[in-house]
Amino acid sequence: MSATFRYRALTLSVLIFGAIPAIADDLKIGLIAPFSGPSSDAGGPEMESGMRAYLKIHGDTVAGRKIVIIRKDAPSPAPDVARRLAQELVTRDKVDVLAGHIFTPTAIAAGQVSTQAKVPMLIMNAATSGILAKMPYTARASFTLAQTTAPLARWANKNGIKRVFTVVADYAPGIDSETAFLQELEKSGNSAAGSIRVPLDTIDFASYIRRIQDTQPGAVFAFLPASDQAKNFIKAFREAGLDKAGVRLLAEGGMVHPAISMTLDDDAIGTVSSHHYSDDHQTAVNAAFVAAFKTFSPGGRAPSYIAVGAYDAMEMLFQAVKMQEGKLDPDRTMQIWREMAWESPRGPVRFDPASRDIVQNVYIRKLERKNGALVNVEFETFANVDDAGRQ
Amino acid sequence: MKAALIVAGWIAAPVLYMALFPDSLVLASQILLMGLFALSLDLLVGYAGVASLGHAVFFGIGAYGAGLLAANGWGEPLSALVLTMLVAAIFALPVGLLVVRGGSLGRLMITLGIATLVSEAANRASGITGGADGLQGMDVWPLLGLFSYDLQGRTGFVYAWIVLTLGFLAVRSIVASPFGLSLQAIRENPVRAAALGTPVRARLTFAFVLSAALAGAAGAVMAQTTQVVALNSLGVHLSADVLVMLLIGGVGRLYGGLIGAAIFMVVHHWLSDLDPVYWQIWIGLILIGAALAAPDGILGAIEKLRSRKQVAW
Amino acid sequence: MLAQFIGVVLDGIAYASLLFLISVGLSVTMGLMQFANLAHGAFAMAGGYMCVYAMQALGLSYLAALPIAFLFSMVLGVILERLLYRRLYSASHLAQVLFTVGLLYLSMGLAVLLFGPGAQAIHLPPFLQGQIAMFGTQLSVFRAFTIIFVLIVALGLAFVVRWTRFGARIRCSVDNRAAAIGIGIDVDKVMTYAFALGSGLAGVGGALGVQLMGLDPSFPLKYLAYFLLIVVVGGAGSFIGPLFAALVVGVVDTAGRYYAPVLGSFTMYFLMIALLLIFPHGLVGRAR
Repeated sequence: MSATFRYRALTLSVLIFGAIPAIADDLKIGLIAPFSGPSSDAGGPEMESGMRAYLKIHGDTVAGRKIVIIRKDAPSPAPDVARRLAQELVTRDKVDVLAGHIFTPTAIAAGQVSTQAKVPMLIMNAATSGILAKMPYTARASFTLAQTTAPLARWANKNGIKRVFTVVADYAPGIDSETAFLQELEKSGNSAAGSIRVPLDTIDFASYIRRIQDTQPGAVFAFLPASDQAKNFIKAFREAGLDKAGVRLLAEGGMVHPAISMTLDDDAIGTVSSHHYSDDHQTAVNAAFVAAFKTFSPGGRAPSYIAVGAYDAMEMLFQAVKMQEGKLDPDRTMQIWREMAWESPRGPVRFDPASRDIVQNVYIRKLERKNGALVNVEFETFANVDDAGRQ
Repeated sequence: MKAALIVAGWIAAPVLYMALFPDSLVLASQILLMGLFALSLDLLVGYAGVASLGHAVFFGIGAYGAGLLAANGWGEPLSALVLTMLVAAIFALPVGLLVVRGGSLGRLMITLGIATLVSEAANRASGITGGADGLQGMDVWPLLGLFSYDLQGRTGFVYAWIVLTLGFLAVRSIVASPFGLSLQAIRENPVRAAALGTPVRARLTFAFVLSAALAGAAGAVMAQTTQVVALNSLGVHLSADVLVMLLIGGVGRLYGGLIGAAIFMVVHHWLSDLDPVYWQIWIGLILIGAALAAPDGILGAIEKLRSRKQVAW
Repeated sequence: MLAQFIGVVLDGIAYASLLFLISVGLSVTMGLMQFANLAHGAFAMAGGYMCVYAMQALGLSYLAALPIAFLFSMVLGVILERLLYRRLYSASHLAQVLFTVGLLYLSMGLAVLLFGPGAQAIHLPPFLQGQIAMFGTQLSVFRAFTIIFVLIVALGLAFVVRWTRFGARIRCSVDNRAAAIGIGIDVDKVMTYAFALGSGLAGVGGALGVQLMGLDPSFPLKYLAYFLLIVVVGGAGSFIGPLFAALVVGVVDTAGRYYAPVLGSFTMYFLMIALLLIFPHGLVGRAR
């Protein structure tokens, strides 16, 4: 094959497949996340803004290598698409690290590529417990649902809230959080007043709200996808006047992240939730992050838990590259990550060396209006919760 | 002569592609599998005249079938492929019996309804399918015990190519057989076909079953080369996408599905790389343009051009 | 017991009213023009966004935003029908599917471009908030408002179809197009008007739906199956058919979720498939 021929083939492949020519010294991150479609609101752009906020604060070069983010759109939980994108990022774009993932199936598919090619991967969301076991070169900078929901049940027990009714979306993450919540509830001899699993295609929540009204519970625990489902449910909850009837709404924190609470406005006020991150967290590190993030986000929106996952993934990457003076040896990198502990905008965090999941504080928050904006105000802390929800 | 050229083309094309684009083999094998999937739909839509908005059910059954086998200790890919095709065909029999009873719009809706039911059932049965988290823990053994699945995707590409070729040969001989001709007679005029004594519903149901088995094959190979299966493989979205691919290429022409899949996927891939956020706008405009300029697909447009030329002669 | 049943049925009727309002226009396109229109939801989405825009950017009240949503979707309908849809009236159903899928993609992409990928919400005026007690149960004021609103629209529509000259032209064109042309009806014009009316109704339905169904760029795809089901089950081309079908879908779906939550959405889909098999041409449709 002659050189010209090869060159033409390369040009052709750039034209057809959009391959990006590589500059040797850049540190390339392949970001796989939804940039289009219904999940893109708190998806790829949110992650990218979180990463850019980190670069704005800490500079876009580490150990002499400039950070380049290559965005790949994986709009739905389709593993075949994610595998293809990850493979191309590794073999053609020669990325140094894979990152992103809103959905668990895309994380698993890309994780296989990471394992096979020994390219480190950083999960910024995908919160299903136990998926890292078969991915030795992957670490998760986000959270698990057991981690964020168990403390909420603990808090309910502590405050003598009885007769909790659970409403979760009928899919694997919903069932994860229902299980975690109920297990913790039962530890104090408490039990649920009722449990409903809501199909993912639910539009109208009226029937479920009526079921809740029939049981007259003391509180409702809800976990629904942070999209129009979360929103429609909270609206229906208000519309039926359940809050006025004295029923408390306890939500998994993802349901009231800034993009949701912004559109819900007054309807969401008073919701108690548990999560690992609130943009209202009162530290200097977080203040700097929120300010930097707002320069990138649409309409100056505050960062969500997804953005902070992306920010911390960058912290991990920078740390690993710095300690290896510009290199990123896969085994050494995983060693560094396992032992990492740092001050994140969410609070103090460290890694559990065995699970490669983050150990972090989980906060109980209440949604309030503060200086005109809706924020989740943290009022109680469960310190150092691990990925199984244990302290 | 022409036949020899076609055979040479079928053999030369993959070799050339592997030499030219060694880094885009995963994309290529997925194009081949979507092409096979679109071809299976062509047998149903183009030859039997039964439109479906739920064909991904059978693709998904193939994918989950191969996935479940590999996750439960049966990782041999070829026997799993045959077995899942059988499963897809068996499942398609009652569905086909129901679907062919409807009118043309009714068929679209029944297939859509069944597709929604099946994917909700798969979501519910998360103990078996993994639900929204996807089916994990697949362990697919090397192809023929020799070729393991490399990072570049060479094994997957050749595997997909061979399965596609066999599927193509099968469909070609089906549509040329007396059975295939009777399907086309039904498509053209079901009342007349029935009057001539063709058992219309039985023939259409059989076409449905054959088409489902092929769709299952595409799904099985996709699962074996991806090594994860998720609910999207059963989804209505995939059903709509494959129908669009077939329509872009042109129905009832064998190659339409392959050409449509290649164009749709390459354009999609290219646009979403160039503009990950707004590619939907561009693909929407392209589809609208295609529907206006080539309502019978690309192959239909080429035929029209050709016949116009002949008239001019 | 009975009070709960009444409550569930009323909730279901409110939901059905919305589905009917959005779908009735689709019945016209599929019956009158024989057009496989998968992009109908885009007109509802356009109305929804127009309503949100009118309230948030223009500061209009909710009641003023509803007619604006109607007009906007209607104008959009006329433009698209004149420019694009009519070119494909004589094409195959499959080409129409390709075209409307393209339109679907385009509308979703444009919605992201103009309003961002997030979901929108509106704030109801105080007089539409809260609950009212009736028949020993509670119904939200907004649901009651929706039912009454759609009831008025449906009666108006029934009047137009049954007793006006325009209605007679529509009925004639649906029943026998050749004859309609033969007796001098300008079927072309009838189609444009009918399409415009259908799009406008979808628009106002989308605007009302922001509160109950939500609104984001994936709206036309997410609810496509519902709109199609209602028209096909009801019988394309009819006005009463979709009304029946919407009531069946709305009430059975709501009641099914209340009385048998374990079955979730299975109840409704089983019912739909059964209805389609028993009435292959729709509840009030005829074989063509």
